[in-house]
Amino acid sequence: MRADIAIVGAGTAGMTAAIYARRAGKEVLVLEAAAHGGQIVNTPDIENYPLAAHISGFDFAEKVFEQARGLGAGFLYEEVLELRALEGGFALQTPKGVHFAGAVILAAGSRYRRLGLENEERLTGRGVSWCASCDGGFYRGKSVAVVGGGSTALGEALCLSGLAEKVTLIHRRESFRGEEVSLRRLREKGNVHFLLSSRVTRLLGQERLEAIEVAGPPETGRHIIPLDGLFIAIGREPVCGRFAPLAALDGEGYVLAGEDCHTGTPGLFAAGDCRAKALRQLVTAAADGAMAATEAAKYLNRR
Amino acid sequence: MPVTEVNQNTFESEVLKSETPVLADFSAEWCGPCRAMKPMLEELAASEPGCKLVSVDVDREKGLASEYGVTSIPCLVLFRAGREVRRSVGLLSRDALKALAES
Repeated sequence: MRADIAIVGAGTAGMTAAIYARRAGKEVLVLEAAAHGGQIVNTPDIENYPLAAHISGFDFAEKVFEQARGLGAGFLYEEVLELRALEGGFALQTPKGVHFAGAVILAAGSRYRRLGLENEERLTGRGVSWCASCDGGFYRGKSVAVVGGGSTALGEALCLSGLAEKVTLIHRRESFRGEEVSLRRLREKGNVHFLLSSRVTRLLGQERLEAIEVAGPPETGRHIIPLDGLFIAIGREPVCGRFAPLAALDGEGYVLAGEDCHTGTPGLFAAGDCRAKALRQLVTAAADGAMAATEAAKYLNRR
Repeated sequence: MPVTEVNQNTFESEVLKSETPVLADFSAEWCGPCRAMKPMLEELAASEPGCKLVSVDVDREKGLASEYGVTSIPCLVLFRAGREVRRSVGLLSRDALKALAES
């Protein structure tokens, strides 16, 4: 298929880019590896997006999808395996074939960061989880832990504190990075325990997770905590390696592009969580989408 | 063929005693990724794959969820001749879902 603008990834950034690109009169093809919506579908309740004080991530994503599709954006569920620059455009290789576009917006997002421990894959879905809103219900009255110190970790702990008997929040630093309002709410809960300056070092259990080994805090040293569930919320990591070297990456693997979303390659733009930037939120993903599409349309009009 | 919802009473006849392999989708209404995958499962069921597709609501069927050790959803379990042969946790792509159903 040939389009003016191909967008890699149908999360909030990609779908917003599709809306702006269609409104700029461009033919748009969105290529998505899994399901449209992106990571926001894991969020049970969005509270910090202007005008959407309470909406589920799934409903939000469906509305943006309908808006983009209603404007005429095309969606194909194919994973982009490789991106090549051609004379006057780009070729995007998927398992089903090759698509061509004059400009490309990378909005491939990120995936959950792993702890990198033995047994982590094997025990996923068997006590190890990445989504409290999805899996919290299985731990009613049980003992769970959350690893991480950012907004996501605090949100996961809050969600679980209403379900589990006991929630231990484990963070490798001395203080949390997450929102103060969430931290205050957690401190008011009677069943949330804080374990700071500590790292999870082993996942124990055969058929399912039974316990974890924790190193720290310094005064206690290595110890075992019996658990029914462990929720890993140590952030996300980009999955953009396959787009290098057309898109230069920073040390963590994010695409180097400024607020104008231009990568070093003319006609190639980056938007949303895969772009190197200070704040990764729904509202900044949408802003990137708008910017990237506007810049991509300008680029095509100038040619 | 549509995706049939099964419960504790029908699980044995629909899944364990089924002559064709069965792909069971353990999910819940409030789970975003499960909802995102629903249309894919319906699409797959309509394409007449080699297996039957059923869904288990883990809220209503807590017994089944616990019996099969489901602690993360969406969770897809492939049964053949009454035995679990494959399991996948989390949102899959259409292609990966198709591959699981045909495995």
